[in-house]
Amino acid sequence: MARTKKKQQAVPAPAPGSRDEAATSYGTQQLPDALELARTRVLCGPDVNIHTTSTIAASQWASLGVDAAFDLEKFKKGFQVDITRYEGYDMEFEMKGVSCALANSLRRIMISEAPTMAIEHVYIVNNTSVIQDEVLSHRLGLIPLKVDPRLFQYKAKEDAPSEQNTIVLKLKVECRRLPNSGMENDKVYSRDLQWLPEGSEMPDETSCRFASSQAALVPEDVRPVHDDILIAKLRPGQAIELECHCIKGVGDDHAKWSPVATTWYRLMPEVVLLQQPRGKIAEELVEQLPGLLQLLGSGDHATVVVGDAPCSLCWGACVDKERYMPYLQLRKIKDHFIFTIESTGAWRPHELFKYAVQLMVSKCDKVLEGLQAFPARSFKT
Amino acid sequence: MSAGDAGLVNQKYALLPAFLQAKGLIRQHVSSFNHFIASDLLKIIKAKGNERVTCDADPNFYLRYTNIYVGRPSLEEDYIQTELTPNQCRLRDQTYSAPISVDVEYTRGKEVVIRKGKSGAGAILIGRMPIMLRSDRCVLTGKSEEELAWVGECPLDPGGYFVVKGTEKVILIQEQLSKNRIIIDTGTPALAARHSHGAVVASVTSSTHERKSKTNIVSKHNRLMLKHNAFTEDVNIVIVMRAMGVESDEEVLQLVGTEGPFASLLTPTLQHCKEEGVYTRQQALDYLAGKVKGSGRPASPAGGGGFTRRTRSRVDEARDILANVVLCHVPVVQFDYQQKVTYIAVMVRRMLYAKLDPSFIDDRDYYGNKRLELAGGLLALLFEDLFKRMNADLKRQADSSLSKANRATQFDIAKCIRTDTITFGLEHAISSGNWTIKRFRMERKGVTQVLSRLSFISAVGMMTRITSQFEKTRKVSGPRALQPSQWGMLCPADTPEGESCGLVKNLALMTHVTTDEEEAPIARLAHIMGVEPASLVNQSELRERGCALVFLNGNILGVHRRPKYFVRSFREMRRRGRVGEFVSVYMQHDTVQIASDGGRVCRPLIICDRGVPRVKDEHLQLLRMGKWNFNSFLHSGLLEYLDVNEENNSLVALYEADCGPRVTHLEIEPFTILGVVAGLIPFPHHNQSPRNTYQCAMGKQAMGNVAFNQLNRMDTLLYLLCYPQRPLLTTKTIELVGFDRLGAGQNATVAVMSYSGYDIEDAIVMNRASLDRGFGRCIVLRKYGTSLKKYANRTQDRIVLPAAAVGPASAPRPAKFRVLDRDGIAAAGEVLTQGEILVNKQMPTNTRDPVSNPAAMPDTFYRNAPVSWKGYTGGEKCVVDKVLLTSNDDCSCVVKVLVRHTRRPELGDKFSSRHGQKGVVGSIWSQSDMPFSERGLVPDLIMNPHGFPSRMTVGKMIELLGSKAAVCTGRFHYGTAFGEPAGLADKVESISQELVEAGYSYSGKDFLHSGITGEALEAHIFMGPVYYQKLKHMVLDKMHARARGPRVVLTRQPTEGRSRDGGLRLGEMERDCLIGYGASMLLLERLMISSDQFEVQVCTHCGLMGYKRHDGLAVCPLLRSPEHIASLRIPYAAKLLFQELQSMNIVPKLLLAEA
Repeated sequence: MARTKKKQQAVPAPAPGSRDEAATSYGTQQLPDALELARTRVLCGPDVNIHTTSTIAASQWASLGVDAAFDLEKFKKGFQVDITRYEGYDMEFEMKGVSCALANSLRRIMISEAPTMAIEHVYIVNNTSVIQDEVLSHRLGLIPLKVDPRLFQYKAKEDAPSEQNTIVLKLKVECRRLPNSGMENDKVYSRDLQWLPEGSEMPDETSCRFASSQAALVPEDVRPVHDDILIAKLRPGQAIELECHCIKGVGDDHAKWSPVATTWYRLMPEVVLLQQPRGKIAEELVEQLPGLLQLLGSGDHATVVVGDAPCSLCWGACVDKERYMPYLQLRKIKDHFIFTIESTGAWRPHELFKYAVQLMVSKCDKVLEGLQAFPARSFKT
Repeated sequence: MSAGDAGLVNQKYALLPAFLQAKGLIRQHVSSFNHFIASDLLKIIKAKGNERVTCDADPNFYLRYTNIYVGRPSLEEDYIQTELTPNQCRLRDQTYSAPISVDVEYTRGKEVVIRKGKSGAGAILIGRMPIMLRSDRCVLTGKSEEELAWVGECPLDPGGYFVVKGTEKVILIQEQLSKNRIIIDTGTPALAARHSHGAVVASVTSSTHERKSKTNIVSKHNRLMLKHNAFTEDVNIVIVMRAMGVESDEEVLQLVGTEGPFASLLTPTLQHCKEEGVYTRQQALDYLAGKVKGSGRPASPAGGGGFTRRTRSRVDEARDILANVVLCHVPVVQFDYQQKVTYIAVMVRRMLYAKLDPSFIDDRDYYGNKRLELAGGLLALLFEDLFKRMNADLKRQADSSLSKANRATQFDIAKCIRTDTITFGLEHAISSGNWTIKRFRMERKGVTQVLSRLSFISAVGMMTRITSQFEKTRKVSGPRALQPSQWGMLCPADTPEGESCGLVKNLALMTHVTTDEEEAPIARLAHIMGVEPASLVNQSELRERGCALVFLNGNILGVHRRPKYFVRSFREMRRRGRVGEFVSVYMQHDTVQIASDGGRVCRPLIICDRGVPRVKDEHLQLLRMGKWNFNSFLHSGLLEYLDVNEENNSLVALYEADCGPRVTHLEIEPFTILGVVAGLIPFPHHNQSPRNTYQCAMGKQAMGNVAFNQLNRMDTLLYLLCYPQRPLLTTKTIELVGFDRLGAGQNATVAVMSYSGYDIEDAIVMNRASLDRGFGRCIVLRKYGTSLKKYANRTQDRIVLPAAAVGPASAPRPAKFRVLDRDGIAAAGEVLTQGEILVNKQMPTNTRDPVSNPAAMPDTFYRNAPVSWKGYTGGEKCVVDKVLLTSNDDCSCVVKVLVRHTRRPELGDKFSSRHGQKGVVGSIWSQSDMPFSERGLVPDLIMNPHGFPSRMTVGKMIELLGSKAAVCTGRFHYGTAFGEPAGLADKVESISQELVEAGYSYSGKDFLHSGITGEALEAHIFMGPVYYQKLKHMVLDKMHARARGPRVVLTRQPTEGRSRDGGLRLGEMERDCLIGYGASMLLLERLMISSDQFEVQVCTHCGLMGYKRHDGLAVCPLLRSPEHIASLRIPYAAKLLFQELQSMNIVPKLLLAEA
């Protein structure tokens, strides 16, 4: 989250300086400053946020001579994605110049519509642990698997399991007391899951028969993303033997298929000095908002400048809000998203994002298709 | 918290864990039972009427009990003695009991036989005693956690209950008015209304081992009269005193007191005595003899064994009644009434005081006047009754054997002792809860209850429950109200709502209930300390200024001339350990009362000298180092127990800062005024009071972990949570009780906001992804059981795989036998579907007539009596969890099948936080639709903010804040009641500070985006974790609808209730609506056509219902012709009514008219 935010020094503030760089100026006419502020910024008060809405009709400001319609060229000019952080399965990037609806759609698609592989059917041969069969199966299902779901097909209920739509994993552990009074396998971890590329070892029961080995199909061995997820604890003499069949699914059906732990965005914050506080008030402000503001000068000549420190909700500590309201304003830029993707491991986050965009495109195509069919049908009569 | 006293304030909390460690959570039950086993039993067999069994036929015969022993819980099976464990009893439907044995001495023919057992057991077994878990005799006592695990017991289980026939039974604590104490009351309200004031009644309920009686002194026309059941009407109190030997009026006055207006107040009574012409003792006795109930026939004392009395004169009888029945707890030795007369005088005196000054009237609801009866006391009553019954049986046998002139063998009474009377008597009483004690004509129902194992807390909460003897239906507020004297003794929050509100109470955390203590040593000590026996001083000296009467357990012990000094030094003796720690001594009006009786509630407090607490840092240091325990504090005179009455003589400071010079005691911790169940609530002192009460009721319905041995139990119904958590915001009580190890809830991230309309009226919106990940997931285990009975003709039930299912492997089994294993019992791990058979039991068709070869009967001899599984609607799948095959006490085979069902929360399931805020799931939304914060946090559930203003559960808000800070800092936060000054609860200020440091708003509010539109929300949302409980009420168990279905045979109306697939009733009020609306056809359709329409043939001439003739034509019952018959439709119930009326000679006639 370590992000520097834009410095704003303009003292009478209403004109947002990002207008030129946001590059979504509309038509030839400019909106009045107040409206422009309301259009591009969320004003965060201590109690309420105003101008949160971003739904705009193309004709909203037609009377002012401003065209609010979407324009591809302008979009192309203004749109920008910068990756700011990429650590393992987590990615943070900034996306500028898109509407909130689009950003949200991408978020929603990633959570609930991007597919992954997850354990769905568990055939339990033996389970003498204290964990009940259903609970054990539920735990197994939530283990993220490191396998590219694009290599597989969806399996409908009536489909027979095959190497095209099913991955088979085996778990066979037995806890024993070791001669040195220790215990073996007293904890069952996700690393104990074994991939069976040749398919089920008990095809009669599971009716899962592979035509060919999956080893050729899948470039890497299938294994859980994390090796140290605790599945169960055993005591000497207890054993678990089971076979897990993984299928492809989406997060909408069950959270275990969601490719992300979560993904979200926040809006780019912006701190604006409405009026330069001086003297005592300036000192107080700096004290109340350490890091956010920096003190210049001292005594009666003290002034402040907006610092570099991160700020997510800088009204936090500022208890006497009423007093500082005239000097300071916290805003958020409506079309500047700081997006975070925390992938569970099946997808690389950037690939996932790309996939979400593609899915969005195909959804739009579908709508267009529908729209094309629409006039033909309705006007033929 | 100033720096100076911070030390003690922060550390004295350490006394509480030490107290609970020493005494246990439910010490009152265990100590009462231990006392019963250790001393009451011996006292019972040594009691006057019980010790010897004699015989009318042979004056030389006797049987004397010399000692009694209760062994360890054990079981003899096939002549092998094995130790019993409680869990074994639960599983095998046995009783956890130990043998009771006695040493005896008796005559056999001419010789005296002395039989003594050895090694802690008696010679003769007389029965079995159910053993309270964790009592001294229980196998669990003193075991470590690991050892407990080996016997299959949970270390956190408090014990204090019995296992009878496999079910856990608690003997609830019974509250009653104290015995043997004078209570000045205003009498019945009706009486009080008639006499504007002065309608005072002095009443004493005397109770001894042999007898219970109630004596009242009432005021009638300004005369004081004795009201007692033994007399036909009220008798003048002066006459009674005269009959006891106080012949002169002066003496009467001296006894009562000569000061003030007593003489004038007594005048009407003395006058009346004169009018009746009673001057001498003999006259008084004659007078009383005329009023004795039963006119000459001696009232045989109950349980006396039925020996005949010589007929006596009525005067003798009156004398006897005065000695033994009236105020029977005051001893009269050889008709020396001195003590009793003084006692009556004290009663009169207190009554007269109350007449003059109403402030002397006692409050019945005052908790110092209450005694709690516990398991030990109740069992003692029952045991003595059974023991007497056994002795009466022995005597009857001795009578009948010894009266025969020539016997073949010598009569040996030891061989006649049967164990059944006591064993079954105790077992039956505990398992049914009906306490029938013949000698007191006591018949109480519902004394025991099945221990609720819904959650750990419900089980613990049940052990601290107190029920009152008041009728629930009476609409009196007094006994239900919270009495100030209950402070620190009873939990102010934990009481049910509704009819038993305030009558069922719960003990506070540190309350102890006393057991009986020996009186004689205390009396001896008191005399040594200067109490002059009342019989040795002049009557006038009794009332001398500065003197005070000293009472011991309600009986007059004597007079002390410096009562304050006496009380002070007596207390000092107690602090030094010379007197039992639970003996209380206090001044009441102008008397000194010493109480050592059982059933008083008391609690420990720190002693202060002129406002300086005796407990110092160094003592607490010793405690921390493990060199001291709680008892060391007690024995060193730093702490003492105070009962409710003695608290009245003390000034107790709540905090050390309040310790002024007059303060005598300091509280250990203020939150101990709450009980175990209320102790789970974080920040209860910030909540509106009824919310805490609601939570106390709901905490008992929360699912979670029941006990560590929960998976080895076979309860009828068990609710478990898949992933229980310990609350992020805990309290000290939670840690002390062990709730943090057996949680019943989960920390859910709650957003307090209005999001969609599916959260109105307390509904909550849930995140589907959270549910997918296991939030609120629970397991319901239900037991199905049967036992294989053996019959008189040596046939028995059997379990087999049915022939249809055995057949060749290729042939498919009938569906309902699918899950059966080869032994005819469902196999563990099988998935069940509706209507499948779990145990294929078969019963013999003939159980009476002897059969030649009962072991090998043909299949036709048996009929099916299977245990089948009903199942849930909607294709819910259950699994056979485990199967138990064992034998019970009757050596018959018991089969128990546990069926498991795992459920995830669904629409309509009930959840609640710990602040009495319950709600049902109104909607389940996918994660993408839920709002998300700037940190990516998505709430698990959304709660409507309208739940707050009217409920005023500020505690919940603080819990949310504190939990949020706990998550941020990684430290569990505390919310102990009243804990802020002592540092046992985090302050909102410091919590806010932590939140700000973690980068959150101080207010706990977050900036959220809508998950649906993606836009920022206008409001800042109060969001954070709150501990949520899943309650046992689930839609799956309740939903019910029917179109058509079964009907009742008698009325042909639809059946009632979900279990019978019943119809949904259109009730009276709904009917009224339809009538008011005028929807007559709908009314007809609902009430008749869709219910129990029936077509009858009615004769238009005679108006009677006809019947069908052999040729199928309906005929009139009188005319016997098919003419004039009309057919009409009426409800079957109406037709039934007509016929029922006819059967009692009332003829309803149907007069028909053309419509």
